[in-house]
Amino acid sequence: MTRYVIQRIVGMLAVMFTVVTIVFVIVRVAPGDPAAVMLGPDATPADIAALRERLGLDRPLVVQYVYFLGQLLRGDLGQSIFLNMPVLSALGERAEPTFFLTVFSILIASVVALPVGILSAYRRGSLFDQLATTLAMLAASIPSFWLGLILIQVVAVRLGWFPVSGYGGPDASFLTRLSHLVLPALALGTVSSALITRFTRASMLDVLNDDYVRTARSKGMGEFRVVMKHAFKNALIPVLTVVGLTAALLISGAVVTETVFGLPGIGNLVVSAVLRRDYPVIQGALLVIAALYVLINFAIDMLYLLIDPRVRY
Amino acid sequence: MAAVASPALAGSPKLASLIVQRKTLLIGLIVLAMIALLAILAPLIAPYSPTRLSVVNRLKPPGERWWFGTDEFGRDIFSRTIYAGRLSLLVGAVATLLAGAIGIALGLIAGFFRQADPVIARVIDAMMAFPDILLAISLVAALGPSLATVIVALGIVYAPRLARIVRASTLIIRELPYVEAARALGVPTWRIMIRHVLRNLISPILVQATFIFAYAMLAEAGLSFLGVGVSPEIPTWGTMIAAGRQFVGQADWMTLFPGIAIVLAVLSLQLVGDGLRDLLDPRLRKDL
Repeated sequence: MTRYVIQRIVGMLAVMFTVVTIVFVIVRVAPGDPAAVMLGPDATPADIAALRERLGLDRPLVVQYVYFLGQLLRGDLGQSIFLNMPVLSALGERAEPTFFLTVFSILIASVVALPVGILSAYRRGSLFDQLATTLAMLAASIPSFWLGLILIQVVAVRLGWFPVSGYGGPDASFLTRLSHLVLPALALGTVSSALITRFTRASMLDVLNDDYVRTARSKGMGEFRVVMKHAFKNALIPVLTVVGLTAALLISGAVVTETVFGLPGIGNLVVSAVLRRDYPVIQGALLVIAALYVLINFAIDMLYLLIDPRVRY
Repeated sequence: MAAVASPALAGSPKLASLIVQRKTLLIGLIVLAMIALLAILAPLIAPYSPTRLSVVNRLKPPGERWWFGTDEFGRDIFSRTIYAGRLSLLVGAVATLLAGAIGIALGLIAGFFRQADPVIARVIDAMMAFPDILLAISLVAALGPSLATVIVALGIVYAPRLARIVRASTLIIRELPYVEAARALGVPTWRIMIRHVLRNLISPILVQATFIFAYAMLAEAGLSFLGVGVSPEIPTWGTMIAAGRQFVGQADWMTLFPGIAIVLAVLSLQLVGDGLRDLLDPRLRKDL
């Protein structure tokens, strides 16, 4: 098992290294001079030359790449051009809304999707199953930003139940900030609940006909215990994978949803960085989010070892 | 996971009846065909020009004269919605074709040439670590925003999904006796790749491509909504929703109808994808 864990860590580091290389390439494929693009049409050649030097763009690509790797190893993601602060601090400042938005969306999605998926599989072919499957497919087809706008129209503007946008002022209490997260989390959670429902249903169907479920039933065990203890526990691995990966995908959804609701999170930061061509911020956000995805993947693999005694390497 | 060999159904006389038997596939195909027809025939169907300004008629609610209402410049939303369908479908379709070309080529090369496999496999894994919208907006930011770069960016973003499927299946198929036999007979590698491997992968590729089409349309709408994709003057469903955002609570129809159009298009594609999966490969059926 130790060997497996080490193998996975080495694999993870290799993927991380490739991620870093891809990010380096993406920012450097920009046609024209990134320094000129960042400074806009009014910049003088001297300004452009100064920024090129500051960003190290005047050096050969290989040198830039090695320097970039060295910077990363020191935990330095560079300096934002427009915010005038280190990228890491900019990301850190914006992490809270994104983190809570992701956590609440996952909670909403799981609370709805797990029971619906289980019941749907248990009563396969019933009206409930058909309705749940259709709704899940519908939910997966809704752009989260559009659902967000509808929620703003109906729940925030007409009913006035929740704030329309923002995250409260800097002194806002935690509860106020939470109230700003309800609608965005609902918009994101609805869309991701679709994926979790479908996976839960499919993996429950896989196990519900297995011999050990039949054995449990023939022992006279109550249906609830059969479904939850025997079937669901075994269906949990694929479900856990999807919940974990949904968490990573939500970061992507957060990019758009935060913009709809004016939440000052990482997604919002990235979008304004793209509009202002603040390449160091784009680069830093890409790196951090991809690294998170790789880490979550790794954590899920390690969780398998804990929850499933059959997984032994 | 991916199908290795499935019966080639194309041209089968039973195909039509098999499609009719699968309700979801049939409904998906009908809705998709209707959306595509509306988009293609937009110049014949649209009651107004999608760009005709009429300041006196700005922000009119839906009614007899303007079925879907008008926008802030008095343009007819119904006409704009069906015209926008042309571009939204085009972006989705071309991005899917591009993702297919890149993904299939990478997958086949990785599956066939052992030296190339570790590098390609790692790049596929790393590319999949980026959330799709985030990678797409970064690529668009790097390449400069335009219709073409949005298509190229989405093609690159979704290529790894196909590459992964093609690679995994190629690794299995290349060891099968008939491929070895073809090799022993001196059939050139490229021919084995296309005739013996790719042909057997058409079903899973087709299913995945349908889903990529749906994701690409959603992503295009997201990019346009954020203002980092197609220019706001070009009507796509995403740019229309973005324009309507400033009139939330005042002219809700501006966001409502293009949104419904996206949902219908994506839903129909998902229904087709699910139906095709059932039809082409019973082993992949979601409700086995």
